[in-house]
Amino acid sequence: MIAESGHYALVLALGLALIQSIVPLIGARLRDAALMNVARSTALAQLLFVGASFVALVTLHVNSDFSVANVYENSHSMKPLLYKITGVWGNHEGSMLLWVSILALFGGLVAAFGNNLPLSLRAHVLAVQAWIASAFYLFILMTSNPFLRLVNPPIEGRDLNPVLQDIGLAVHPPMLYLGYVGFSISFSFAIAALLEGRIDAAWARWVRPWTLVAWIFLTLGIAMGSYWAYYELGWGGWWFWDPVENASLMPWLAGTALLHSALVMEKRNALKVWTILLSILTFSLSLLGTFLVRSGVITSVHAFATDPTRGVFILLILCLFIGGSLSLFAGRATSLKQGGLFAPISREGALVLNNLLLTVACAVVLFGTLYPLAMEVLADFKMSVGAPFYNLTFVPLFTLLLLAVPFGPMLAWKRGDLLGVTQRLLAAGVAGLVAVAIVWGWASGGSTLAPLAIGLGIFVIAGAVTDIVERTGLVRLPFATVLHRARGLPRSAWGTAFAHAGLGVALIGIVCETTWNSEYIATMKQNDVAHVAGYDLKLDGLFSRQGPNFREMIAEFNVSRDGEKLSVMTPSKRSFTTRGSSTTEAALLTRGASQLYVSLGDATAEGSIAVRIYHKPLVLMIWWGPVLMAFGGVLSLSDRRLRVGAPKPARAKQRLQPAE
Amino acid sequence: MRRMTVAILALVLLALPAAHAVQPDEIMSDPAKEVRARDLSRELRCMVCQNQSIDDSDAPLARDLRLLVRERIAAGDSNSQVLDFLVARYGEFVLLKPRFERQTMALWLLAPLLLLGGGLALWLQIRRRARSGADVPAPPLTPEEEARVAALMSEEPKSP
Repeated sequence: MIAESGHYALVLALGLALIQSIVPLIGARLRDAALMNVARSTALAQLLFVGASFVALVTLHVNSDFSVANVYENSHSMKPLLYKITGVWGNHEGSMLLWVSILALFGGLVAAFGNNLPLSLRAHVLAVQAWIASAFYLFILMTSNPFLRLVNPPIEGRDLNPVLQDIGLAVHPPMLYLGYVGFSISFSFAIAALLEGRIDAAWARWVRPWTLVAWIFLTLGIAMGSYWAYYELGWGGWWFWDPVENASLMPWLAGTALLHSALVMEKRNALKVWTILLSILTFSLSLLGTFLVRSGVITSVHAFATDPTRGVFILLILCLFIGGSLSLFAGRATSLKQGGLFAPISREGALVLNNLLLTVACAVVLFGTLYPLAMEVLADFKMSVGAPFYNLTFVPLFTLLLLAVPFGPMLAWKRGDLLGVTQRLLAAGVAGLVAVAIVWGWASGGSTLAPLAIGLGIFVIAGAVTDIVERTGLVRLPFATVLHRARGLPRSAWGTAFAHAGLGVALIGIVCETTWNSEYIATMKQNDVAHVAGYDLKLDGLFSRQGPNFREMIAEFNVSRDGEKLSVMTPSKRSFTTRGSSTTEAALLTRGASQLYVSLGDATAEGSIAVRIYHKPLVLMIWWGPVLMAFGGVLSLSDRRLRVGAPKPARAKQRLQPAE
Repeated sequence: MRRMTVAILALVLLALPAAHAVQPDEIMSDPAKEVRARDLSRELRCMVCQNQSIDDSDAPLARDLRLLVRERIAAGDSNSQVLDFLVARYGEFVLLKPRFERQTMALWLLAPLLLLGGGLALWLQIRRRARSGADVPAPPLTPEEEARVAALMSEEPKSP
């Protein structure tokens, strides 16, 4: 019954989405407020029904109802409750249901909190949202229905892929989807602006908070996924330039560019056409990511060719939305008026440079991801694009970007003084150079570029601090005044500083981890001691233990430094019975920002075991950076200007609204 | 239940052979050569994996390739000879950093060309607009806005 109700709720949501796709547009054409307001009710009702459908699937998983194919294939009655719930989106069908649920959530939010939007803009935005929603409901119902029943229900499920049985699955996909799907709002706003043929600074002010919300979630989602890979895969890698990762990185790069160009548009009424294009591209890249991950085209072009139903369906959605929106853009963009003028050296100019570098970086990732696929299909030439390629192309672009980052916020709008800003950044530059010198003298071995990169990271952080120091008048003004000015500073200025400093922090972490990572790989017996980066790890013994749906072998290490006992580390290796596969659970010991990392290999018959021990200096900074960036985003989001939101709509328009 | 316990025991006894990345028995005795082997491993793809290098992968094929790389290094090959050997055997697919060739030229040239092209286009645009900047008219007001301006103007006749 629950499965059928969930299925039915989804069909109803599709019906509502179809109404929402058409009626508000007719209303906007006829200037009929009642018809336009249909969008609001249908968006909220859609959220209700998709929510019900999602809850139904969660209930089926929690109850271990193996008569439902999706539950049978991805669950097990002995699985812990948390993984029964997270297993809902640990598979294709469920994750698509999560995708549309989040889409409905964003639509519902616009409907509920979009009261200050002009009525026709809101109607247009919600209609475009409904186009996207309809396409994906159809996709789920026709090719990926999670509610299908089995004719002969088995008594036990096939369990979830063990690698996914981790807290990471509870956080990573929902975060990532909140980011991916959140960009649909800026897409819908862009299409609405093109349809209405009207776009101004107020538009940017409405779009920016939504973009910012999506960006914050995507930033955290990517960082979380990276940390998950780091501790789960057992050898401490945190970024692989894997197509699936690239699929999430591309919308992030485009979204970051969008945030910055929307800023120019809001403040200076310039870059309108470009901002619209970026809104379209960002969400198109989210759709492309969904296609790449969900169609299986990445795993193998041939697997895709043998069972193309799903892939072709998403490809159609992709072509329809990207092609449609870009054609609309091509047709309408020229009618948009260009706004404020600026000199090449100005805040606007810096933001344009930011956009150029981010867009090229994004194009590099896009090409690197799709080029091998295209070559295989078109030229029958099999090739690979991996980390060494991106190190040579993506990294220089980001280096340029990071060099420019401290200058941006300090340049004046319209016409900036580059020499003046350089003088004001002198202290930050000196801090960077001192860091280079210190690292050069202190570090042994490693690349010669590493000290320079660390200097760059320090420069970026010091630049962010300098900006705040200048704005508050620290050092040159009395403390009370400084405090007063700090309080009066817009939250978005603090947000900028934190986000930019986060870039520097992440860079330092990345450089330290890749350059001075120590590694110890050996077979150890009981009471053997490994010496890694000044730490002594003594293998005390091997134990085995029975978990809820797995059996694990645990190694106990006593960690000490200079004879002083620090901690006990217990890495383990789990064998999952149902799927017959195993996972390594690395043990992590955090010391400041650095970590000791121990993971287990195979045991031999003589009772010894292959062990991999790493010392990863300042590795945690890699993830503190994005967390700082996201924090900066939250600060900026809480800015008074954004919180109050856009200016109130004109009275004439308000009168059109019926009593609510 | 009993059958499951037996199954679990059997599985544990079999000790699933999930090797992962460089194994202790693979490491070469000469540290300098081992460093070279590791560096090369990072540039080679494990062909049955999803974009993983043989240095990261725990697939049996990756292990075979790692051993092969070490064998070639031990035999006195230079780094490029090792790569040539592997490409001759497995094709360009094995290289994570594609060589600059006819088929891959577009890929390598994309970033510099886009950067130059984009920069140039921007520069021209800014110059063009700066030159014609003076005579760009402000966007005209819509009738509603005109009406509102008129209303506001008549509401406040006194100037401060």
